[in-house]
Amino acid sequence: MRRAFADTRFGPPAVGVASLLLALALLEALIAAGVINGFIVPRPSQIIAAIPRIIVEEDVLDRFLQTALEALWASLLLTVVGIGLGMLLFRFRLLRLATETWVAALASAPVVLMYPLFLVIFGRSATTIVMIGFAAGLSPVILKTVEGFAGTRKVLLDVGRSFRLTNTQLFHKILLPAALPTIFVGLRLGLIFAMINIVGVEFLINFGGLGQLINELAERYDLPGTYGAIFFVVLVSVVFFFCAERIERWLRPGM
Amino acid sequence: MASSTVPRTTVVRSSAQPGGREEHALEVENIVKRFETAEGTVTAVDGFSLSVAPGEFLSVIGPSGCGKSTLFNIIGGLMGGYEGRVTVSGETISGTHPAIGMVFQEESTFPWRTVIENVAFPLEIIGMDKRARQMRARHFIAMVGLDGFELRFPSELSGGMRQRVSIARTLASEPRILLMDEPFAALDEQTRLLLGDKVLQIQQDLRQTTLLITHNITEAVQLSDRVLVMTYRPGRLKRVVKIDLPHPRDSEVISSDAFGRYVAEIWHDLRVEASLGMHEDESRARNEKSKR
Ligand SMILES: Nc1ncnc2c1ncn2[C@@H]1O[C@H](COP(=O)(O)OP(=O)(O)OP(=O)(O)O)[C@@H](O)[C@H]1O
Ligand SMILES: [Mg+2]
Repeated sequence: MRRAFADTRFGPPAVGVASLLLALALLEALIAAGVINGFIVPRPSQIIAAIPRIIVEEDVLDRFLQTALEALWASLLLTVVGIGLGMLLFRFRLLRLATETWVAALASAPVVLMYPLFLVIFGRSATTIVMIGFAAGLSPVILKTVEGFAGTRKVLLDVGRSFRLTNTQLFHKILLPAALPTIFVGLRLGLIFAMINIVGVEFLINFGGLGQLINELAERYDLPGTYGAIFFVVLVSVVFFFCAERIERWLRPGM
Repeated sequence: MASSTVPRTTVVRSSAQPGGREEHALEVENIVKRFETAEGTVTAVDGFSLSVAPGEFLSVIGPSGCGKSTLFNIIGGLMGGYEGRVTVSGETISGTHPAIGMVFQEESTFPWRTVIENVAFPLEIIGMDKRARQMRARHFIAMVGLDGFELRFPSELSGGMRQRVSIARTLASEPRILLMDEPFAALDEQTRLLLGDKVLQIQQDLRQTTLLITHNITEAVQLSDRVLVMTYRPGRLKRVVKIDLPHPRDSEVISSDAFGRYVAEIWHDLRVEASLGMHEDESRARNEKSKR
């Protein structure tokens, strides 16, 4: 019976929403009981109440779009440049052996802290934010692209060769579809890194979308408003993940 | 990837002579294949020859590691760097040849394609239009008994069904010569027997020249007109056994006396080779242990 419920269309999301509500209720109770200091952590009910207020007074929808648009540009760059570089590294083994460690090291570099450099190059603009998000998300996309291509089962390539595919056909019809699931793992990771850094830079340079709003609200010590704005950051990620999943299923059926 | 690619269709020399060797659909002459490994040169195949008549069903049987897959890859044109010669209807080939279709030992369906898209794959590659190729694909899907599963993905099928998809996909390219490398190795005995019946029946219908590589004696005797027994490494030809069992055959044949005699005869030869292989593995393991 349990298994059947897990397979229903609305079962898993319903359980997800229910556990979220439960967690919020628990938090509310803990704050009400004084276990958690209500001056530092606002009550969930206050946060929810703040959401309509920041929508009206702080132009949240506009800022939401701004941040989402920056994230969109960053992910497009990640897709094109990241997958492109990954393909290059896969194709040329020397390049791969020479640079793979560096690319992996890049993943742990705190790219946000380089924002002054980006400010000098791109100015105090959306471009700076997009470029930092892109730089932060690049290495997982490259690494996972290489991994996806290199991990293609040899027998699938042998099938292609025995049917006399050209190298281009081998790439489009076998290598790419075989690598897609792994590439998408990289894109998701890259998107997470990009998102964190985009909002972080908006906060730091006090410019643009939700990050700037969080900065302002925090300075005014409007904690319910701050958390309400963070909720919208999460919402941007949710939208992107949802779209990524749709695109993956469309490009690579049969999972 | 590109660096290891063997050239496609290169007909090096045509030695077709009227009335001469033309009666052979496939001829393999004196193949020698050596691998350079860390422990030195390994001769995987040593002077192996065979010739297959058009429409013949031939099995090559030998112990694990005797060079069967190596031979299969050489004939299929996926492996270069060997001595000797492979000819198809008199043409010497190097690289893949359109007349040869291969079914691999490993699971090889494309998981991102439905059954019908898998089977239509070779037709898509040659540029057949969608309707025509779907029709052809349906024909071959029915042939392996998978009608009704056209729109399923491989992940929704059993191992035996997937292997049938691979077989149908290779059949769809209508090769004159079908090479199969232990296509049933991963299956249970019952499925293996029934699938063997299916393959034999299809082969009898299409009159395809078929070369089956196997280490299963029952399978070899059940299906073949001739069985070639290979020695343990280096792989050489040890013996040829002609199987004089009446056609049409099905897996019921395994209960006959004649069948039993053939199996016993082949096992007698193979046993020596198989135990050689086992001894070598054991002594290598012992050496490695004493080294440590
Ligand atoms: N790429 C390779 N490099 C080095 N040695 C190889 C390579 N491929 C095969 N060999 C060696 O050649 C020998 C024959 O291998 P092959 O795969 O042809 O055996 P097989 O008869 O197909 O065995 P099985 O029945 O287990 O599939 C083995 O000893 C193997 O170690
Ligand atoms: Mg093998």
